[in-house]
Amino acid sequence: MSAPVLLEVKHLRKYFPIRRGLLQRVAGNVRAVDDVSFTIAAGETLGLVGESGCGKTTVSRCILRAYTPTSGELNFHTKEGRTVDLARLSRAELRPLRPQMQMIFQDPYGSLNPRMTLFDIVGEPLLVNGLRDRQARTDQVAELLRLVGLRPEYMQRFPHAFSGGQRQRIGIARALALNPRLVVADEPVSALDVSVQAQILNLLLELQKRLSLTYLFVAHNLGVVKHICDRVAVMYVGQLVELGETQALFQAPRHPYTAALLAAVPVPDPAVRSGDVELKGDVPSPANPPSGCYFHPRCPFAAEVCRTEAPVNREVAPGRFVSCHRADELQLPGVVQ
Amino acid sequence: MSSPTAAAPPEAELAATAAEERVSVASNWTLVWWRFRKHRLALFCTLLLIGFYLVVLVPDFFATQDPEATDAKQAFIPAQPLHLFNAGQLGLWAPAVAGKRNAITLRMEWQVDETRRIPVGVFVQGEPYKLLGLIETDRHLLGPASGDAKDRLYLLGTDRLGRDQWSRLMFGTRTSMTIGMIAVAFSIVLGVILGGISGYFGGLPDLIIQRLVELLQSLPTIPIWLALTAALPQDWRPEQVFFAITLILSLLGWTTLAREVRGRFLALREEDFVLAAELAGCSRMRIITRHMVPTFMSHIIATSTLAIPVMIINETSLSFLGLGLRPPAISWGVLLQEAQNIQTVALAPWLLVPGLVVIVAVLAFNLVGDGLRDAADPYTH
Amino acid sequence: MNAPAPLLSVRNLKVQFALDEGVVRAVEGVSFDVYPGKVFGIVGESGCGKSVAMKAVLRLIEAPGRIVAGEILWRRKPQGGPGSTQEEVVDVTRLDPNGSVMRGLRGAEMALIPQEPMAAFSPVHTIGDQIVEAIRLHQAVSPREGRRLAVELFKSVGMPMPEQRLDAYSWQLSGGLRQRAIIAMALSCNPRLLIADEPTTAVDVTTQAQVLRLLRQLQQERDAAIIFITHDLGVIAQVAHDVLVMYLGLVMEQGPVNAIFHAPKHPYTQALLRSIPTVQSTPREPLPTISGSIPHPFNRPRGCPFHPRCPQSMPGRCDAATPELQAVGPDQSVSCFLYQTAEAKA
Repeated sequence: MSAPVLLEVKHLRKYFPIRRGLLQRVAGNVRAVDDVSFTIAAGETLGLVGESGCGKTTVSRCILRAYTPTSGELNFHTKEGRTVDLARLSRAELRPLRPQMQMIFQDPYGSLNPRMTLFDIVGEPLLVNGLRDRQARTDQVAELLRLVGLRPEYMQRFPHAFSGGQRQRIGIARALALNPRLVVADEPVSALDVSVQAQILNLLLELQKRLSLTYLFVAHNLGVVKHICDRVAVMYVGQLVELGETQALFQAPRHPYTAALLAAVPVPDPAVRSGDVELKGDVPSPANPPSGCYFHPRCPFAAEVCRTEAPVNREVAPGRFVSCHRADELQLPGVVQ
Repeated sequence: MSSPTAAAPPEAELAATAAEERVSVASNWTLVWWRFRKHRLALFCTLLLIGFYLVVLVPDFFATQDPEATDAKQAFIPAQPLHLFNAGQLGLWAPAVAGKRNAITLRMEWQVDETRRIPVGVFVQGEPYKLLGLIETDRHLLGPASGDAKDRLYLLGTDRLGRDQWSRLMFGTRTSMTIGMIAVAFSIVLGVILGGISGYFGGLPDLIIQRLVELLQSLPTIPIWLALTAALPQDWRPEQVFFAITLILSLLGWTTLAREVRGRFLALREEDFVLAAELAGCSRMRIITRHMVPTFMSHIIATSTLAIPVMIINETSLSFLGLGLRPPAISWGVLLQEAQNIQTVALAPWLLVPGLVVIVAVLAFNLVGDGLRDAADPYTH
Repeated sequence: MNAPAPLLSVRNLKVQFALDEGVVRAVEGVSFDVYPGKVFGIVGESGCGKSVAMKAVLRLIEAPGRIVAGEILWRRKPQGGPGSTQEEVVDVTRLDPNGSVMRGLRGAEMALIPQEPMAAFSPVHTIGDQIVEAIRLHQAVSPREGRRLAVELFKSVGMPMPEQRLDAYSWQLSGGLRQRAIIAMALSCNPRLLIADEPTTAVDVTTQAQVLRLLRQLQQERDAAIIFITHDLGVIAQVAHDVLVMYLGLVMEQGPVNAIFHAPKHPYTQALLRSIPTVQSTPREPLPTISGSIPHPFNRPRGCPFHPRCPQSMPGRCDAATPELQAVGPDQSVSCFLYQTAEAKA
């Protein structure tokens, strides 16, 4: 953790108003992200995991400013050595910073404009950021395609000529076109066939090494997260419940939800009994969360204090943050030795 | 197993037969065309519509006579059908007719004159006119070839004033098809702009525009037409009325299109490739023009094609009711108005032919529109 | 091994779809047996034909799709009244898909648990109405008795507050509860075979754990057979007794779950198992990959469909003919020329 901090997220909140009636009055809020803080060090991969609706995608989209946060700070260290709070920038102020933060999408079909050729898709970021010369752009696009393992001759083809894995490579080439520092990968392999997932994961790891990229890796597949991430942040109903080094977190989770999540993952080995945790009930709605600790209705260890008081996120060991009243007393099983 | 040490092992060859190569570089419009042409009926209707629009361009050329020329002595002549073969040989002719006044009813009764055939020529000289309003000419597609002034050709008969129904139909086609086109063009402009604002920006503009659309859609059409057309000054020239009617039709007709555009914008705002363009630093203008509009363009074209027949029917109904275009202007509706009474239906059924033409045109537009709609999104997998 | 008669025997099933662009051979000769009291897992990636094969068993293939060859032999419940034990074997492919026999089989003897729980219920009727309707379709009971049975079903699938939930609409339930309701519906006529088509793909991992546990428990209680279709090797390892691995409409390998995961024979199974990152694998090490991607169904490779991506492909052999499924162990069989050579030499 000696590497310099690239991005510091402080008390990030994103509420979506629920509007009702003819005049669209605000009737309540969906607290998609509710007071989330963490840092990403330059060159590391931070995994953001949780079940659907936990707010992990909203966090990533706030960081990229696809959404404007309701409150909180997003302190980003730019190439030029300045620190800017992305949360407060206007559209125009953001544009010069866009090249430094890019995104890899989940859906390899929806993320490429079907009406544009590979050259136009991968070359567009270059064009709108000032590279007007067509020949120079062609050379750069060819270079990018080679980088992600595609033949430059495919430049004039349209996305419909490619398979899911190849399309994902195109999306990665587009994200890398502007030499970003931070790449947000939103479930980059979950829509792919099992036999091509490994290709893309290897590519992401190799590119990180070569281009010293920093990844925010949003995923629900814990096997993938374990493989690729240095640190992992676990979210539940808009809040961060646990954050720590990957190995340590998988070895000895400190939050009951993390433990349940880990145990719920079925391991592709019939000799290892897994995927069999009985977690009662369902994920509550972020529009109407329970009192106290949001996890208490499902938690096998819930005590009286959990029902009434919301736990604070605290550092229980160096680099290990947990929001649980009973983090110090519980001995929770991990899934690796 | 590919070597795990290489950064990015090159993808296995894309199977590259010539046919696949062609598909892989096919643009959106090419794919739409490939799908559309599988629709035989729609393709045939497209050709039919091209024919209609040729008439719209140069109705004078297709007309055989002056559509305004009246001749009381030539009233209610039945259609003189065109024959292709003359005495076993290729040669156009039409039967001549001779009139005889019935002594009891005092009506003119027209009989085919078996002894005489009117030879019909193509590209014959006739009434002088200006082709496309520019080139002075007197050539017509069809006409009596003899040059004898007595030989007159009434392909679809004449009306009560002895005007040639065929020539009037050609000019009526121009008016009605043009109104349909222009009214839809206006609707597209209004619909795309208002629907676009509504869908892209959302919020208050969206609220206002949507309520306006709902208001307009809840108005009963016929009374509104009545009110609006009644407001048109009686002394306006036919061109002014024509323009005003077009405007009225499009002012009421843009709402469906606006809804469609708004829906597309709303859906597209959430598309990943639009977000990717945003993250790449594209300007709003570029996102709209390069990413959003091309995506729903084919849908808009399909919807517009389906909107044209509605406009044509609207114009025809208005004019039929005597609220739209009025003589001396000629349109399908005006022509049908002539055939409004039972006498015509009984004694001069050929005056109902414009009704058939309306049906054919509307059907053709609908079939082409359906074909386009099916072909509009070639990326379903 | 004292194997009972199979409940379902699929023999050389072929299903094709005649599209404008060409013929898609979705299932190209698949054979397998499903035994009572066992979970039979079918695993494969997109386009492998696993769902199409199941639709064929249920005779739910719609035009332009067609079963072009093969037999689907189904051992029916005893038909001759309560005392009868006479079981009759029917060939499902010869039945009228909308005829009374087939409709009697669907739901009452084999039931489907679909992938998308939201689409399986009508949003305008309560869940209770739909389940009671399903019960009364196959059993002559009064509405009151039907409702009592529905409550029983809801209890058996662990639905909290079963009475109230019967009067709820599908959109009022959470994903996990909806999945339970679907399973209750599938169980309503006490079928001998449950076909679960990716039942946990649309739900979260903790819900998935609940559903898997429920299915396992039901299978043990009722001694029903389950066909479990999924692309997730983890899920298959945890629920199945026997596994069928499919690729592009063909069976690559088949065997008991332990053999498939601990001693895979087919290069495809081997590569697939190596390439998935698990919590046990070494972090940040490059994963062994399978090169290329799954071919488009219009471009099926000649010979073994996996040969263009296979590290052990033998030119002149694998690209020339399609290998037959061949036994390599007591219950394990594989379709690969590597093992046929061994057989021939032995």
